[in-house]
Amino acid sequence: MAKKDVPPRWDRKMQQRLARGEAAALGELYDRFASLVHGLAHRVLGDERAADGITREVFIHVWEHPDSYDPKQEPLRTWVATLTHRLAVQRLRATETAALAREGSGTTEELEHRVRRASVAARADYIVQSMPVPLRSALERAYFQRRDYRQTAADLGITEDEARRRLRLGLQLLSTAHDTEAPGAPPGYGGAV
Amino acid sequence: MNGPERFEAHDGDEEDNGPEGNGPEGKGDTPAHGSPPRIPLPRASVEDSGLPLPAPADLGVTAPPPAPPVLEHPVLKALLGAWALAACSPEEATAVEEHLGDCGSCADEARRLREAVGLLQRPESLDLDPGLRTRVLDTCLERRPPRIPVPDWAAAYDAETARLDALLQDFGDAEWHAPVRLRWFRSDAATSRRTTVAGVIAHLLGVDGLVAVALGLDDPLGDVPARQPTPAARTEALWRASHFPPTRFVRAPWREQSHSLVRTVSFTGGGAEKVPVSYGDFELPLHDAMLDRAFECWVHAEDIADAVDYPYDPPSPRHLHRMIDLAARMLPTALAHRRRAGLASPAHHRHLVAAGEPGRSLRLEIEGSGGGEWLIPLDSPAAKGSAEHEVAHVALDGVEFCRLAAGHVPPQEAAAGQVGDREAIRDVLFAAASLSRM
Repeated sequence: MAKKDVPPRWDRKMQQRLARGEAAALGELYDRFASLVHGLAHRVLGDERAADGITREVFIHVWEHPDSYDPKQEPLRTWVATLTHRLAVQRLRATETAALAREGSGTTEELEHRVRRASVAARADYIVQSMPVPLRSALERAYFQRRDYRQTAADLGITEDEARRRLRLGLQLLSTAHDTEAPGAPPGYGGAV
Repeated sequence: MNGPERFEAHDGDEEDNGPEGNGPEGKGDTPAHGSPPRIPLPRASVEDSGLPLPAPADLGVTAPPPAPPVLEHPVLKALLGAWALAACSPEEATAVEEHLGDCGSCADEARRLREAVGLLQRPESLDLDPGLRTRVLDTCLERRPPRIPVPDWAAAYDAETARLDALLQDFGDAEWHAPVRLRWFRSDAATSRRTTVAGVIAHLLGVDGLVAVALGLDDPLGDVPARQPTPAARTEALWRASHFPPTRFVRAPWREQSHSLVRTVSFTGGGAEKVPVSYGDFELPLHDAMLDRAFECWVHAEDIADAVDYPYDPPSPRHLHRMIDLAARMLPTALAHRRRAGLASPAHHRHLVAAGEPGRSLRLEIEGSGGGEWLIPLDSPAAKGSAEHEVAHVALDGVEFCRLAAGHVPPQEAAAGQVGDREAIRDVLFAAASLSRM
């Protein structure tokens, strides 16, 4: 997403329509972001019902507090992803903590490790989904289809130089999923998690 | 949706942690030579296929390549992504690994990129539970009641278009071009027209456009002339207008229009529900037209789902009920049309009554979710359905009734329990099938 002074029109309009209490806007918001929200929540929590619950919480939050989103700060998509991530990680930590207290097996350290791993995995998903299509297609070919960079270049109709560049850049972006665990660090969603 | 391969502007994420840049023309200052790597190399994760990775870490040890090319630092650095993904030649991999032993910055990056590979996961193609949308939105609207609600009569259209859009979500070209046969009844005979999944969406776009036009929105046909302002003529016009068959690109305008219809009717609200929507040879008030479009959307979504072998559920009971109610309310007029056309039973049974008075009726009992009972006046649309004057009783399942009204089940074959006047029953079942159109 471009860092521009003028927030994208759709985001701004959507925020105004939600603030105005327009039910049709809520439906459009759901249609645009539900699969992103549900997918991220599912990656963190690994459970369909729990992901449904987070999806519900996220849309309730946006609908009840449309003013907590500032279109000048970041794209709506980023804001929604960040909110989802925060709620899902909270939920995971709460359920894991409850399980730890109940069963008494495992340590807090292991728990934090699991939470961190789930959190990074979800952020990585988001980065892959949000990266420019040319980078994503190159990574998909090289990783999932096992094409080497020369074949990738041929598949995509680009030079071998460009294929190498896209693979490296794509992985560099992806590696930022790890960078955000320290509090206050600039996270992968482009906003505070 | 993926556009054509194009490199979009991307702001500032390209990292370059060396002064030499990563282009191949940069000046290398660290020639590769044959010292072994100092750092252990993490293996890429192989989670998705049985194919073995060409383990680069092993290659250098077990099979020293004949003559590793002498590559310079910038070249090797540029190769790191491909190397981390095991997507370069064994010679290149060896050269990279030897270089990593000498070059701290490349070694750091190599480690980070290898770890990043471990984060690549196949996107989980989760089918969102289509019922979740209604549940989530309902909860939201309870917590904060909307100042501008979606009218009741537009809720089915809102839900059905959302369900169809979700079905289309993961379609690739093969699905978009899968053949679909549109089926309906004309003059008591089954008719069909061949198209594709994308063609069906173009059809929905064109016919929903009738509502858009009635509301003063843009006509999706634009300058394309249609021979008549009917659903079929508009569809044929849209199909003909393009030199190529419709593609996946029809999805966005269809979805945009459906969102814009829901938005617009929310603002026009209750006062607009009677606005007439012309279908060329007949009219429906806006609230019924929106139900009709919801019904068509579901019926065609099922056609599409069948064509690509996906499961597809019927609408929620409350929406299904409204759709059945619309069809039941349209039956008396359809019967009158058929009688005028000489298709319905002759008049000797008829028992004409003054408008608004109870007349000879058929009890239509719809079973299952969304069902109910309707008394259909048989002799005149102006008569009132009456239990006293009931001459026949038909019972069938809600979804079966909708398939009949959609022209997907021939009236002779509709699985209906029947008691009473056989001719009346036959007339009503054929009238139901005659509600269908392209």
